[in-house]
This record gives sequence, C-alpha cells and structure tokens, in this order.
Amino acid sequence: MPLATYQTSVPVVVDDAKCIADKGCTVCVDVCPLDVLRISDMTGKAFMAYDECWYCMPCEADCPTGAVTVNIPYLLR
Amino acid sequence: MAMDEIVDGLSEVSCDVLVIGGGTAGPMAALKAKMKNPKANVVLLEKANVKRSGAISMGMDGLNNAVIPGYATPEQYTKEITIANDGIVDQKAVYKYAQSCYGIIEELDSFGIRFLKNENGDYAVKKVHHIGTYVLPMPNGETVKKALYRQLRRARILISNRYMATRLLKSSDGRIAGAVSVNTRTAEMLVIKAKAVILCMGAAGRLGLPTSGYMFGTYENAANSGDGYAMAYHAGAALANLECFQINPLIKDYNGPACAYVAGPFGAYTANNEDRRFIECDYWSGQMMLEFYNELLSGKGPVFLQLKHLHDKTIEEIEHTLHKVERPTRGLFQEGRGVDYRKESIEMHISEIGFCSGHSASGVFVDDNARTTVPGLYAAGDMASVPHNYMLGAFTNGSFAGLDAMEFADNHDFGAIDAGEIALERERVMAPTKREDGIPPNQIEYKTRRLVNDYLQPPKVTRKYELGMRRLAEVREDMQERMIARNAHELLRALEVQSIMDCADMAAHASLFREESRWGLYHWRTDFPEKDNENWFCHTLLSKQDGRMTSEKRAVQPYVVPIADDEKDLYDKQRIRASA
Repeated sequence: MPLATYQTSVPVVVDDAKCIADKGCTVCVDVCPLDVLRISDMTGKAFMAYDECWYCMPCEADCPTGAVTVNIPYLLR
Repeated sequence: MAMDEIVDGLSEVSCDVLVIGGGTAGPMAALKAKMKNPKANVVLLEKANVKRSGAISMGMDGLNNAVIPGYATPEQYTKEITIANDGIVDQKAVYKYAQSCYGIIEELDSFGIRFLKNENGDYAVKKVHHIGTYVLPMPNGETVKKALYRQLRRARILISNRYMATRLLKSSDGRIAGAVSVNTRTAEMLVIKAKAVILCMGAAGRLGLPTSGYMFGTYENAANSGDGYAMAYHAGAALANLECFQINPLIKDYNGPACAYVAGPFGAYTANNEDRRFIECDYWSGQMMLEFYNELLSGKGPVFLQLKHLHDKTIEEIEHTLHKVERPTRGLFQEGRGVDYRKESIEMHISEIGFCSGHSASGVFVDDNARTTVPGLYAAGDMASVPHNYMLGAFTNGSFAGLDAMEFADNHDFGAIDAGEIALERERVMAPTKREDGIPPNQIEYKTRRLVNDYLQPPKVTRKYELGMRRLAEVREDMQERMIARNAHELLRALEVQSIMDCADMAAHASLFREESRWGLYHWRTDFPEKDNENWFCHTLLSKQDGRMTSEKRAVQPYVVPIADDEKDLYDKQRIRASA
C-alpha cells in the first residue's frame, strides 16, 4: 500500500536565531520524554521532527538560550 | 550516520541488578540497591532520558498520600485505602508503605526536595480524603527530577538512556535472567543479563484515546505505553485487578489534573452547571468517578472545578502551583482559552481508560517486598499492584524493591539464558523493519485505541466486549503481519503499540472475568450491575499459562487493620443528598 505524508502544525517551535544546536548543544533533544526533537541537517538547528507531544515543557525549561517554545497542540487548544 | 537510521546489531552486557524505567520508582530502587551493596553493578535502563522521564517529568505539585505523625497514622491510612478500594486490598503492603513513607519524605527532603511547611516548621498537611489528612503540597515540586538525578550520579548508578526494554529473559528454572532491549535511535539491540530485575515502567497510559483525538494528549506521560505490563505478562508474572481501570477527572481537552488536590484544601470544589456541589469528597475513587460520569450525562453537566468564589490571593497561590509544577502548560492552555479562574470555572471531563495502580489498583501483582510471582523479578510505582500509591508510593515501594532485589542478587548467580530465545525476540522486534510495504505504527495505534474507547470503556457491556475483542484480534493480525517501521523512531512506536495491544487484550479479558460491578465507574458491568461480595470479594490475577491468557481468583489476605461493618461503605456515599 502506498503511503502519504500527513500535514500537521507542530506544537514545539524553535527560534533559529537563539538556538545553538549548530555549536553542539543537544539539550532539548536529550530531555524530551517522547524523543520528538531532532537537529536539522540543513540548518543545524533543533526542530520538532515528530508531532507526538505531551506539551510537558522540559525542552523549553532546560534550553540554555530560551530558544524553545512549547505551544498547546492545536487539536486540544 | 543520521539519527534514526536503522543499525542491525546485537551486543550483551551484565549487571547485578537491572532497574527498568527511570521515572520515580526506578531511581529510588536503583539508589537503594546500590546503597545496600556499593560493590554491585546497578544499571538503570530508560526509554527516554532519566533527567526528564516519567510521570513527574516536570515535577509534582504535592504528595497525595503522606502519612505524617501528628496528622495521620498508618492504621488510619490503611483503613482509608481499604475502604476506597471496596475492601479488595492486601493490607500488608499498604500498611508497610504507610509505616515507611514518612522516612522517605525525610530522605527526599535531604535530597533538597521541598514540601510545604507552616510557620512552626511543621509539614502543612491538608485534608482531601474522606477520613484522614494526607495531602502535602509541594510548591517547589519542580525540583524533584533534578534532585533525584544528582543522587544517581553521586551513587554512580550506570544509566542507559534511550534503550527500550522489549522482553524479559528467564532461565530454565523459572528465575529471572535479564532483559532484551533496543536502542530507540539506532534500533541496535542490547541483551542485559541480570541476577535481579526491577520493573518501574509506569502506567499503561496510552490505552484509551483522549477525546481531543490527539494520540499523545493523554493524562499519563504518553511515553508510558504499558510496556511493563506487557513484559511482565509475557514473562509469566501475575497481574492483579486489571479490570479496576484508571479513569480520572481532568481539565477538558487539556487532559491534565485541575487539580482538586491542590485547589480543594483552599476551598475549591467540584460543581455542576448549576454551580452546585454534587460529590462529598474530591478524592479520586471509582465511586467518585461514577457520580462524576452520571452528572456529566444527567443534563446537569458540564462539570466544573469552582474557584471563582475564593479570595484573589488564594487564587494566585493556586495558580502559582498549577502553572509552575507538574503540568506547567496548564496556564498556557487556560490563557489560550481566555479562562481566568477569578471569573470562570474550569470545565472538567473524564479521562481515557488506562491501567495504573498509582490511582486505582490495576498492576503487576506484588507483595509487601515488591516481589512479583516470578523469582528475582520486582515491580514498583504506577505499574505495581499496591493501590492508590501515587508518587510517594513509587518512591517507598521502589525503595523496598531495591533493597530486596539486591539481597536476591547477592544470593543468586546469573540464570542461564537460551540463545534461541534471544534470536526469536530479535526477529520479533526487527520484523517491522524488514517489510517493504505495509501499515505504519501510528495507524495501527490509532485504530487499536479507538476500539478501546468504542468497546472497552465503562459502562462495560458483555456484547460490546465480545465484539471489541474480535475487532482487536483483526488489528493484531495486521500489527503482526503488516506493520512497517522505516526508521528507529518508528520502530520505537511499533514496539509501543504492541504493548498497547497486549494491554487492550488484558483489559478486556480481566473485565469479562469479574462478573459483578465494583469500584464505581472503574468496573461497572451493566450485565452484572450489583456488587457481589459472596462470589467476588477477591482479587483477580491474570497471567499467561501455556501461552494463553488466564484469569483466576485470589483471596483477600486477612486484614492487619480491621474495618467495622458501618465503615465499609463510607466511599459509597459520595453523592450529596438533594436539598441538603
């Protein structure tokens, strides 16, 4: 069966200007209980790769530069 | 190599005590085991990262079951929990918890975890339960995980993050021998041989589907997919009272607690659309949930948590706790909806179903030393059967598990592991990665959990259950024959959905076995609407016997703290009488 991709607006947003993942920081990726954040090969910045969020906040709370914002997922906002 | 790319590999390590799950019970179990024998190797395996894993990822807003001298006694607490569970309690484990938990509070305090104290420096315990006073707020509860992590590092516990355990291994004599696990970012497999294993893998919280339709918007940390329940089942351990589901009153859509335990002691209460109270007591019990459910459907719903009558300063204090600790996005959620607690009540709803002895009584059967029915295998926290044990129970029972497991490890050598068993498990785990074409795990999971909602959530109807089990069996076949995982992250989800499916089957099987109604909404069977103490005043134990799911009765052990006849139904009288 062929697969299609499914569009979702993701709850975790990273401010590229503040994110220092390109300098080796992986804090938000490390702490996420659902393991949904990744570092982009293209930009070197963190981003939400999988829309599987418990809106729990460690990524935002532990980010050393305040680059991460957790929003409430749209379906339950 | 890119993250999530699949690596087909297998390695093997060994340790004395293996603790699986680094949330609440797990770190305490690991610490206690290591303190008992500092020379031993203790490995703490975690699917996520111990720094921020488990139900208390962002901390906890209070202890719900603190038995503190001067406020409550172990006898009183044991009585309260026995009554709240309709009498189906092995009191020995509850009593031991109640006697020991104050020592654990003091230990947590020494770790730097702060609890609310009054002006005299005494713990400021609040009353939420029907009888006794056990709720201790933690206005600085966001520090819990960091404080635990510091202790783990200091004790030199070996931490392996991002490894998901998939199956337990036993030796031919039936003793525990270790576990198989898989790296969630590379799919490399790791076999861990151990003399004793402690399961601290949390609730089965991804069983029902939240009404928002967002699969990860569960009450429990969505990482808690019931892997511990499934692993214990496949290892032949008995699971107790799984039909006593967890169902909680939560902020509608947000699906987190409001939380009556935080706000109740300040004067907040649960009300209907006429702003009237309809329940006597906000403590989460099956009987309370049944009244809540009835009110929602009666035309007097929605149900609200009412705060607007409180003083501004009081509301500020409640907001401070609700919006900073445990689920800090509660504030963001209410802000997005324009809800100000001073003007508007909080709309509440009931959660999806799950297994969790932290709040109900559905867990892997354990005795008062946290031993399961498999020699050398222990369980603690939300997944072990000590009822209503909450965070402090996870710490306290985790501590019992750590101590006893190390003693077991000190007196036993490694069990022999059958290489064929490992090969079979490797084949099972990797199967979704070997298919070119098929169904992705998210679709299998959505369908499974939608069926759980449609057929298994109470009220439990036999005919619906039979249909539900047939539908689930069809999805299971798809899961086993056609599910695909295209990277290591999808493989993690593919393994989780297998745990979810096992839990769905166990929920159905256990519910059909108990032919009566008990625990209010948790086990309300329309075909057997009455409580039947003559035939069903017992535990039920579910286990895998000769490859088949089997249920049996287990007698309630003699009480340590006697309950008078006129006390037995205190929790049945939840509804406020009309025109009171």
